[in-house]
Amino acid sequence: MIPAPFDYQRASSVDEAIELLRQHGEDAKLLAGGHSLLPLMKLRLAQPSVLVDIGRIADLSYVSETPADGRVLRIGALTRHHDLATSELVREQVPLLAHVAGRIGDPQVRHRGTIGGSVVHGDPASDLPAALLALRATLVVRGPAGERSIPADEFFTGFLETAIAPDEVLTEIRVPAVPGVGWAFEKFNRRAQDWAIVGVAAVMTDGAGGPGVGLVNMGPQPMRAAGVEEALRAGASLGEAAARADEGTDPPTDLNGSAEYRRHLARVLVRRALETASG
Amino acid sequence: MEITLSVNGVERTSDVEPRRLLVHHLRDDLGLTGTNVGCDTSSCGACTVLLDGESVKSCTILAVQADGHEVTTIEGLAGAAGNGETGALHPVQEAFHAQHGLQCGFCTPGMVMAAVSLLDENPHPTEEDVRLGLEGNLCRCTGYQNIVRAVLAAAGEVRA
Amino acid sequence: MTATETPTTAEGRAFGQRLLRKEDPRLLTGEARFIDDLQIPGALWMGMVRSPYAHARIRGIDVSAALEMPGVRHVFTGADLADAWADPMPCAWPVTEDMKAPAHWPVAKDKACYVGDIVAVVVAEDRYQAADAVDAVVVDYEPLEAVVDIEDAASDRVVVHEELGTNRSYTWTLSPEPEAVERAFAEAAHTVSETYVQQRLIPVAMEPRGVAVVPGVYGGDLTVYSSTQIPHILKVMVAATCGVPEHKVRVVAPAVGGGFGSKLNVYAEELIAVALARRLGVPTRWTETRAENAVATIQGRGQVQRMELAADAEGRVTAVRARITADMGAYLQLVTPGIPLLGAFLYHGVYDVPAYHFECTGVFTNRTPTDAYRGAGRPEATYAIERAMDALAREVGVDPAEIRRRNYIPPDRFPYESVAGLTYDSGDYEPTLDRALELVGYEELRAEQARRRAAGEKKHLGIGISTYVEMCGLAPSRVLASLNYAAGGWEAASVRVLPTGKVQVVSGTTPHGQGHETSWSQIVADRLGIDPADVEVLHSDTAVSPLGMDTYGSRSLPVGGVAVAMATDQVIAKAKAIAAHQLECAEDDLELVDGELRVRGTPARSMTLQAVAFEAFSAHDLPDGMEPNLSAQVSYDPPNFVFPFGTHVAVVEVDEETGRVELRDYAAVDDCGPQVNPMIVEGQLHGGIVQGAAQALWEEAVYDADGNLRNPTLVDYGVPSAAELPSFKLDHTVTPSPTNPLGVKGIGEAGTIGAAPAVINAIVDALSPFGITDIAMPATPERVWAAIRQARSGSAGDGEGAP
Repeated sequence: MIPAPFDYQRASSVDEAIELLRQHGEDAKLLAGGHSLLPLMKLRLAQPSVLVDIGRIADLSYVSETPADGRVLRIGALTRHHDLATSELVREQVPLLAHVAGRIGDPQVRHRGTIGGSVVHGDPASDLPAALLALRATLVVRGPAGERSIPADEFFTGFLETAIAPDEVLTEIRVPAVPGVGWAFEKFNRRAQDWAIVGVAAVMTDGAGGPGVGLVNMGPQPMRAAGVEEALRAGASLGEAAARADEGTDPPTDLNGSAEYRRHLARVLVRRALETASG
Repeated sequence: MEITLSVNGVERTSDVEPRRLLVHHLRDDLGLTGTNVGCDTSSCGACTVLLDGESVKSCTILAVQADGHEVTTIEGLAGAAGNGETGALHPVQEAFHAQHGLQCGFCTPGMVMAAVSLLDENPHPTEEDVRLGLEGNLCRCTGYQNIVRAVLAAAGEVRA
Repeated sequence: MTATETPTTAEGRAFGQRLLRKEDPRLLTGEARFIDDLQIPGALWMGMVRSPYAHARIRGIDVSAALEMPGVRHVFTGADLADAWADPMPCAWPVTEDMKAPAHWPVAKDKACYVGDIVAVVVAEDRYQAADAVDAVVVDYEPLEAVVDIEDAASDRVVVHEELGTNRSYTWTLSPEPEAVERAFAEAAHTVSETYVQQRLIPVAMEPRGVAVVPGVYGGDLTVYSSTQIPHILKVMVAATCGVPEHKVRVVAPAVGGGFGSKLNVYAEELIAVALARRLGVPTRWTETRAENAVATIQGRGQVQRMELAADAEGRVTAVRARITADMGAYLQLVTPGIPLLGAFLYHGVYDVPAYHFECTGVFTNRTPTDAYRGAGRPEATYAIERAMDALAREVGVDPAEIRRRNYIPPDRFPYESVAGLTYDSGDYEPTLDRALELVGYEELRAEQARRRAAGEKKHLGIGISTYVEMCGLAPSRVLASLNYAAGGWEAASVRVLPTGKVQVVSGTTPHGQGHETSWSQIVADRLGIDPADVEVLHSDTAVSPLGMDTYGSRSLPVGGVAVAMATDQVIAKAKAIAAHQLECAEDDLELVDGELRVRGTPARSMTLQAVAFEAFSAHDLPDGMEPNLSAQVSYDPPNFVFPFGTHVAVVEVDEETGRVELRDYAAVDDCGPQVNPMIVEGQLHGGIVQGAAQALWEEAVYDADGNLRNPTLVDYGVPSAAELPSFKLDHTVTPSPTNPLGVKGIGEAGTIGAAPAVINAIVDALSPFGITDIAMPATPERVWAAIRQARSGSAGDGEGAP
């Protein structure tokens, strides 16, 4: 219930945060909304010796649109789930994202949790990473060496591991706008506030790569349903594509379901998501 | 470190450890024991307060994060009175009373604060909106039925 | 006294009104003080070092690092505290003469026997420091093999307590005529043989437990504040176990945030707090975390049930044979061995059954002790008979409603002498079935079900019925004696009319959400003809309410409320005597109307109750020999249990592709006799139904083979939220009990007792096209999916899919 003691620093800018991370090394963790990190610390499963609070950095919570380079939504890393879910712009341009954000946890969690915090945590059981994979988003991080953009596909590297370096800060998430494109989100859980046993985020994108399908809780990291996407690109029916939902996945067996059941669920939920997204 | 919160309209300055949870700060340091601790995993919502007007789980916020912000607890909801007289209850509190939306009362402050925030964001919820909107607040006594009625009543839309 | 027919609603009468609760304002505003809210100057905080092993020898405990930590004052081990106890922790119900029970000490000495067993106690200046110090205590454990599964425990392959030589604590049998049972099965046209598992449940009262003990070092007194359902019983047990003179002990239950039976106990932490407060001479306190609660507070249920029915060709049950193996856990807490026996008499339920056999063996396992959890033995019994009746319906080939109609005890048989030796006080079961079916639209649902099945839909509609009777209002003390239960079942009340006319009631009940302050006010106000707002109900503090047997077992109204009514009647009798004396009339000429005693026929000759009270207080002109003060005290020992009953109907939708079960509709028609406050009754039913449905759909304490609880948090232990549930359709009938003057029965547990079998019967009904006849609780989506898959692959489906 009570976290182990730690030192606390506040960063008033991204550069200051980077400097503090550099100083304290692996022992430091960033604190944004705190709704991924603090629950772990309260159970003493995480015991960082330094917390760098970036929650007060101005101008990291925004949703804007750049008409240039093919309509891309830029979302500040500190944008809270509630603000994403209720943003008119996001609901119009990337409705999948607004919907997914609106189903994370519960209202209180959504008032505090940030998209940046969720993404950097890299939990395969989180919903946003799967949606960002489906949407082929790009993560913008900044470090001592400057800024770099990482495609979502390259961002999630292992269980709770991402491509972000220990001295880098995620500043922005860029999502191609897909207004009017069919989408669906199937979150299968036993209680509304629960993590998904299996989740599917689908968007029937026309352009590069074709439809995007992301999976929640089907492996040690957030992943895309590559087999499904390949099948759709090759013109397979929705049912045929959905049958490949668990290709390349490695779902866990845990209290909430066996690997076998998850594979089955993935196939069912992908089929349902594709049906919804298609019409 | 030293922090200053505006709690129920009153500025409170304290010296706290960084790891002090907001809920413990409110309860043990500031003596506002209405907000309760019901779990360790941010699941039950008994600790719900308003932070800058939005419902949050005060067990999952460090007091230092709330520095400079406004916190409203259950104690700040009813109208002020004084002289040993009771203040006027907030319409949500009245509705919980009228609809028998509480039994043991332990989840109630958190439930009421969550309901206040829900109605603030959605003044005319359906029953489904209310049930989903309270997904983060657990109650073991009432079976929720009268809580839902209370929130709908407070929104002015009682369904028989 | 004879029963009186009291209407449930009456214009202008307090009894039967949907009176808004007096308890609410302080709870709604945060003014109420729960245990952790109490600010106790100078108090030290305890932290419990708990075994992470289910079964381990304690080789050594190194407290040196912990003692160095900021704010830490002391660390105590089991050896350090060995001389603090006059007696081991109490078990109030030695169910058989030869029951085996290990000595249970508050702090383990040589061996930890379950994950959560306390092995050391740290004492620090604040709760944060105590939490840190707990982590710093180093315990050298020698892990031993743990026994977790009930049937494995019964085999004695691994024994929890070597000194007992076995895990079998007791076998208790109720078998009035074994030959009749044998004959019935031999001659049966139909038999049913089923095995059910009552999974362990975590009660999860929203308020974690806590205790604070304030010692009067020089005064010699001791005050125990505890989030408990049983201040009176705790007082006796503190005296016995800690050797504190009972007359120096005061126990106070502050506002208590739910109990459901889990706070009907005497816990190690309470006794440790007493011992340390006395030893250290300073207030000593502790509040549980939720993770602690999951292992350190008793769990509910935990049984394997073998249920058999014998029936004639028309499906009339001729015998019931129930054999239960019950998981005690590692130790016998206050009522642990007796919980399964509270259902022992009810495995034939509402049915007129002539032959009966019940036996139960309690076994130790290396898990958290079990004890009372809402329903305590009766949900288990109801589940077994109501599931078995559906199985019988399938055997005989009739609708589940019809099989029940053929077997209900008819209304003209009450008071009913059951084969199990009980006298059911009153009952009329069939109208509750009729009404519940009407509320869900049973005929239309069956038609819809048929249509959808014909269309081959992948979502399956199911309807499940459960008719229950339960025995509550614990209890006639002589019956408790015959069962070997150590305490009695009476309840106490005193009612006094104060000189200004207001009324104080002191009750021995100990409400924690049930609204007794409101309900008892209504009972008193109704009898005296005054405003319930003029009645104050005091309770839950042994200094204020010295006599009582506390609140559990749906006893408070039929025993405690009746005591309040009887004390009020004695007050009325005394008031009449005073008024008759002063008005110079006969007592029989007086009637009490609206708080005024009037001479019948001459209303001008009257005295208000307030005036009578003042006369009693001033004692200037009382009848010869009469004591001053207008008050009365009653200790009421009920002559029988009371037997509320009802029918619940659950309607579910099962998604065959995912296995998800959705509770689409639910109707409950219950009968607890006249209702003091229908609003409060409904609230109890809503909450009770959800806990029963939650056992069927979401909840289970999951253990691994080493005895670790895999889901100790509310993330993984599925207490449902409002989002998971529908609204329930309630109705009621009123069949008063002839055994008490109010005709009332308890209702606090009835919802839970009726619900689980209704839901599971509905799921089995939905899946009957697959040939599925059973699904284990909780019916997780994976279990349902696995059952369907197994049924499709050809073998009989029994829903035993992983995990």
